[in-house]
Amino acid sequence: MSAVKLASIFFSMILVNNYVLVKFLGICPFLGVSKKLDSAFGMSCAVVFVMVLATSVTWPLQQLLDANGLGYLQTIVFILVIAVLVQLVEIILKKYMPPLYSSLGVYLPLITTNCAVLGVTILNIDNGYNFVESIVCAAGAGFGFMLAMVLFSGVRKRVEDANPPKCFEGLPITLVAAAITSLSFMGFGGIIENIFGTV
Amino acid sequence: MAQNKPSLGTVLTNGIIKENPVLRLVLGTCPTLAVTTAVSNAIGMGVAATVVLICSNIVISALRKVIPDKVHLPCYITIIATFVTVVQMVVKAYAPALDTALGVYLPLIVVNCIILGRAEMFACKHGVVASALDGVGMGIGFTLALMLMASVRELIGNGSWMGITIIPESVDRLTIMTSAPGGFFTFGCLMALVVWFEAKREKKGAGAQ
Repeated sequence: MSAVKLASIFFSMILVNNYVLVKFLGICPFLGVSKKLDSAFGMSCAVVFVMVLATSVTWPLQQLLDANGLGYLQTIVFILVIAVLVQLVEIILKKYMPPLYSSLGVYLPLITTNCAVLGVTILNIDNGYNFVESIVCAAGAGFGFMLAMVLFSGVRKRVEDANPPKCFEGLPITLVAAAITSLSFMGFGGIIENIFGTV
Repeated sequence: MAQNKPSLGTVLTNGIIKENPVLRLVLGTCPTLAVTTAVSNAIGMGVAATVVLICSNIVISALRKVIPDKVHLPCYITIIATFVTVVQMVVKAYAPALDTALGVYLPLIVVNCIILGRAEMFACKHGVVASALDGVGMGIGFTLALMLMASVRELIGNGSWMGITIIPESVDRLTIMTSAPGGFFTFGCLMALVVWFEAKREKKGAGAQ
């Protein structure tokens, strides 16, 4: 039963509650880095990694804060933990895995201010998930981000060749394209309940 | 460009129109898209972000000579997070309905790029008064842009403005406007509108010369 619940969390994070296209978290990198397929993919790999890592640290920390009646420090503690983690990952990658660093490194500093990462850690607490569920949820959110980025980088390539009215050139037409991509994700509504039953 | 000593008046009005954070600088897009389903939410979000922006701008500009350059980002984030926590507590205590409506986006003001962006671009280089005014201007600009977006979306998607029904019930609602795709669409169209206005005004200016 619990495996079913985990699977339903994972897939609903990717399809139904997609962070970028449905919940509007992490729009800045979505618009900024999705111009090329490989950079979109690199950025999303870094996001998946940091999301899972950040959740595995912030979830136990929240229990510690709650136990001491310091729950109100959540926002400050979480953002600092994420900032430190990102810095740490950057240093470790630089030292031990230079090839990975050269491909992911440039995206890492951007992740600190990515609201999807802070968002997933806070939402996990708000939803009352246990540790394993939180990790699965974070991984799902990360892969959902990846799916949106990769799909949209393809859409964007076509949009760039198009010939929109002059005032729509650049960002406005990209946003309209995002609207249509997001519309397609609305079609997934209800799919999780149908496959896994209501959890 | 006389950027060194801009008059305080220009600092204030800059953020509202010329450098509107949402429509011109394209900062803080996440809350812009997420909370603009209703005008009242947009105002709440705008005010909350403005308060944080003004306070963090004042503190950061007051401490700009004390904070070491190497660790300035963590320092800024801590200052901003502190004010966000204060705002969060106040909203929870006095406006619980708004707290439920804004949900996770309230703590997420911490990572709103407008606030960190203004700290980095303005507050760390200017005096306390100028930074406070910049915060006020940017905050008003942010709130106005949110209200504009929310007005369009609430009117078309829900037929109302500030919860008051304007379009009679017999007309079908375009509910898509209050859900995710409508947000992207409205934002894109508004941005295009601003570009169009700008181009028109420039043409006029060139014609007059």
